[in-house]
Amino acid sequence: MSRADVRGLARLARPREGERARLALSVALAAGAAGAAIALLATSGYLISRAAQRPQILALMVAIVAVRGFGIARAGLRYAERLSSHDLALRRLARLRLSFFRALAPRVPGALGSRSGELLSRFVADVDTLRDLYPRVVIPALLAVVVIAGAAAAAWVMLPDAGLAVLAALALAALVLPWLSATVSARAARRQAPARAQLTSELVEDIDGALELTLAGRAEERVERLRTADARLARIGRGDAMASAVAAGAGQVLAGAGVLALLAVAIPAVHAGTLSPVLLAALVFLLLGAYESVLPLSAAARSARMCATAGTRLGEITHAPPAVADPPSPRALTGTGELRVEGVGFGYEPEQPWVLKDVGLRLAPGERVALVGPSGAGKSTLAELLVRFHDPLAGRVSLDGVDLRELTQAQIREAIVLCAQDCHVFNTSIRENLLLARREAGEREIAGALAAVELQEWVAGLPHGLDTLVGQDGELVSGGQRTRIALARALLADARFLILDEPTAHLDPELARRVMRRLPSVCGDRGLLVITHDADALEGFDRILSV
Amino acid sequence: MDRRLLGESRAARTHLILAGGLGVVSAVLIVAQAALLAYVIDRAAMHHATLASLRPQLIALAAVLGACALSGAGFELSGRLGALRVMSELRGRLVSRLLVESPEARAGRGRTGELAGTAVQGVDALEDYFAGYLPQLVLAAAVPLAVIGWVLTLDPLAAVILALTVPVLIVFMVLIGKGARAQARGRWRALGLLGAHFLDVVQGLATLRAYGRERAQERTLGEVGERYRAETMATLRIAFLSALVLELCAMIGTALVAATIGVQLVDGALGLRAGLTVLLLAPELYAPLRAVGQQFHASADASTASELIFAALDAPMGLAPATRAHAPAHPHSHARESAETGYEPADPASARIRFEGVSYEYPQREGRVLEDVSLELLPGRTVALVGPSGAGKSTLARLLMRLADPSDGRITCAGVDLRELELGRWRSRIAWVPQRPTLFAGSVAENIALYSPDASRPEIRWAAAAANASELIDALPAGLDTPVGEGARRLSAGQAQRVALARAFLADRPLLIMDEPTAHLDDGSVATVIEAIARLARGRTTLLIAHEPLLADMAEEVYLVEDGRLERAPGAVSAGVAAGALGGVAP
Repeated sequence: MSRADVRGLARLARPREGERARLALSVALAAGAAGAAIALLATSGYLISRAAQRPQILALMVAIVAVRGFGIARAGLRYAERLSSHDLALRRLARLRLSFFRALAPRVPGALGSRSGELLSRFVADVDTLRDLYPRVVIPALLAVVVIAGAAAAAWVMLPDAGLAVLAALALAALVLPWLSATVSARAARRQAPARAQLTSELVEDIDGALELTLAGRAEERVERLRTADARLARIGRGDAMASAVAAGAGQVLAGAGVLALLAVAIPAVHAGTLSPVLLAALVFLLLGAYESVLPLSAAARSARMCATAGTRLGEITHAPPAVADPPSPRALTGTGELRVEGVGFGYEPEQPWVLKDVGLRLAPGERVALVGPSGAGKSTLAELLVRFHDPLAGRVSLDGVDLRELTQAQIREAIVLCAQDCHVFNTSIRENLLLARREAGEREIAGALAAVELQEWVAGLPHGLDTLVGQDGELVSGGQRTRIALARALLADARFLILDEPTAHLDPELARRVMRRLPSVCGDRGLLVITHDADALEGFDRILSV
Repeated sequence: MDRRLLGESRAARTHLILAGGLGVVSAVLIVAQAALLAYVIDRAAMHHATLASLRPQLIALAAVLGACALSGAGFELSGRLGALRVMSELRGRLVSRLLVESPEARAGRGRTGELAGTAVQGVDALEDYFAGYLPQLVLAAAVPLAVIGWVLTLDPLAAVILALTVPVLIVFMVLIGKGARAQARGRWRALGLLGAHFLDVVQGLATLRAYGRERAQERTLGEVGERYRAETMATLRIAFLSALVLELCAMIGTALVAATIGVQLVDGALGLRAGLTVLLLAPELYAPLRAVGQQFHASADASTASELIFAALDAPMGLAPATRAHAPAHPHSHARESAETGYEPADPASARIRFEGVSYEYPQREGRVLEDVSLELLPGRTVALVGPSGAGKSTLARLLMRLADPSDGRITCAGVDLRELELGRWRSRIAWVPQRPTLFAGSVAENIALYSPDASRPEIRWAAAAANASELIDALPAGLDTPVGEGARRLSAGQAQRVALARAFLADRPLLIMDEPTAHLDDGSVATVIEAIARLARGRTTLLIAHEPLLADMAEEVYLVEDGRLERAPGAVSAGVAAGALGGVAP
């Protein structure tokens, strides 16, 4: 882990309001459980050493009861600790999701660029990874500190030199083992990640093109290539297995050395009479028990590294400057003017040629305009400029004569709605998906929007009608139905201007034509801009422009 | 499922046996370590021994501790190496299944990522099972046996107590595990939904913003988070009970043993050394059992991952391999028996291909996709199939490429059933142009030469020119040598389609199958692509699946496929179709 990673991790680990008490409780419970386990062992050691001196059985009763008590206490405390730390982790997860969502919102889709789908999936996975930060990293680390201090102090009371030996042995293990394990796993990840990525990307294209490869008679050759890539991954894996075996052995060596060191200090003390003979076994058991809380630090270090990587990646997204920001003092809208594009130019990357150059466009309320052009001509980019997902690099976009940059995003959304090409359908009911555009829409309006996209019969035929769930990413409905749900949603919106980007993608040509012909008539007094690559079906539009 | 997963460990038998052996060695060393430590403490505490007098025992203890570390490392290493071997083996099988035995047109279906994920991350998820869980099972069997065996020689009563706790422990583990699992299954499904909510919302963020609803979503996110927490905690309260019972068992076992030993020590029935040994060994007895419990998730994860892997391995192939060995029903002059697997196929350039009453239904799925279809492809002529998507057009093409065999009826070339032809030779007569051709990582030239890797530069240039692709290739930064495909330049759909057509020109195969080759093209490129397709189809037997009326126009015959049935297309499809159909030959 780099220093920046550690700093980032420390920032992420800082408990928020209300979490401090829960964290303290979790650590206290964990320490109680560990303490009970150690006390159980140490008391047992004392118990049988004392018993070996053959005292009255009554003299042992306290120790016998204590041993049982510690045993039950440990199990109970451990149970409570697990519940409390998971509760804390889940509370933090909810908070992390919310705060990262807030940070992400102004950066989508403007600031993420072309790989946004992949970035967003990773974003979600990374936020979920951070859930482990408390139960797997912070709590074990704090616990180890408490246990080391407690064990050393207890040993100190019995014999000061033994206290030092216990402290040294445990501290050494607590420092060396996590370092070793983090180094080994970082090395493995560094070496394996590129090999794994290469295997995946070769595999993706080979699976994609399996039929082409087979007909070309080259499938076997490709399989051979994949085997080679896999063998490389396995070879690296073998090296890393060796390293992790060494790390595992090192843990046992350190624990063994600690016990020997303690014996070397304690046996002469027994001989010299400074340590009661009945405490020798207790001391050894104390150390053995304490290792139980220190050895898991290896796993904690690996989790810490994963959390740090996730945190760093999240930071890259949430610290990217948002594409647009609201002005400090927004201007008011008249609510009657045009949407206008004047001399607009835009490019995503500074060194790349611009996608749009000197583009002009006018859309008045009640007007129907179609924008036609081949894919890659910047039509979708223009659509995003119209709702201010980006700001143009040259020229201006204005509403009622006011530059969009002088309006809040809420003002713009209220006036202009964009139905993008890859519009998302949420994993909820059809009704909820539609109402996203306008919460207060009534049954008749919903029916009208569905009729415009020829979905009303399909919906009526569903067992749960409008309340049918569409599944994750709309997987329970077909691609064409998904497109039409998104389109119906846009038609339901109560905005003055409607921008539809490829509204009939994924539809059968006939259906696409019918829907497209219907669009101009269902928009009422709204201004409609339809963006399409297919100029065939455009009827009833006031103007047809091309890019 | 688990039994099959266990069966996969064959590939790593040596490693697993080695791991098992080292597990047994570790068990013995653990006992030796406890015995030596107890001896040292006993001598020092009860007999005032000095460090010097204990030197041999301390050295022996150090040696045993070292050996224990070594065998532990070896145990870990052999487990991991074995896991790697199993993983490579499985991945290899998966790859050859996907690429060789059951190649399908998966491009753009969204399944590719899932399959690749199964083959890479899915197989990786098995590592913990083979490297951790399986060897740990050996340890969980060996260590308790060794411990109880040794304690038996020291203190039979303690041994009995320990021996009694182990089955109780295991029974509880199983019982609670089962109960909790049954109870939790329904709940986990609900949790999965709640967990997926965040992904859904993040992926739909652009849409939320388009409607200005991202603020409103924050509240929902908070509510869902709270519900997720509450429901998860309810599940965990039960799930953690199993751990609680396990630890109680282990703790009570240890405490009972300590108390019994104490009493026996007071009675003088037992020495301190024996007592200490037993006490040191008691936790060691439970440690591997607890570790198995902790690694149980590895087994659960592996079983989820392996479900996907085995599903991919077991996906029905549609081809019945046995039929390849059939004796020819129609001995024919064109058919010569090839050495091994079937007959040398006749050349579609001169022989006709017939679908004779062909029906098809997917294995394990109700309903026929094709119903009694008869069709004839004449040498050098083009047949177009039109009709709504899902009607069975692509299935006809799949059958012709022998990705599947008809459920009923047969397909013949020169009168010989395709099933009797040698599969590789038959496929080597076919060039295929799909909706979305795959561009492989490499240069444009390499992509054009996919079917004919030995083609010369001029030949490649000729093919590119024939496919109307010269201009676009010249416009690329390095011309034919421009890298394309994954991680390199992305060509537009129209450009990729022309590269695919160049591929087919260079392949120069007598039978051409095209599946909606213009479906994803812009208006601008459709015309040039159709022109190249017409040139390509000239003189080749061509089966053309077409959406585009312009494309269907170039066929000599057009058929409408609807609900798995084939009929001669009505003139209404387009004027050109009707004209073309007049020249057709009755099927």
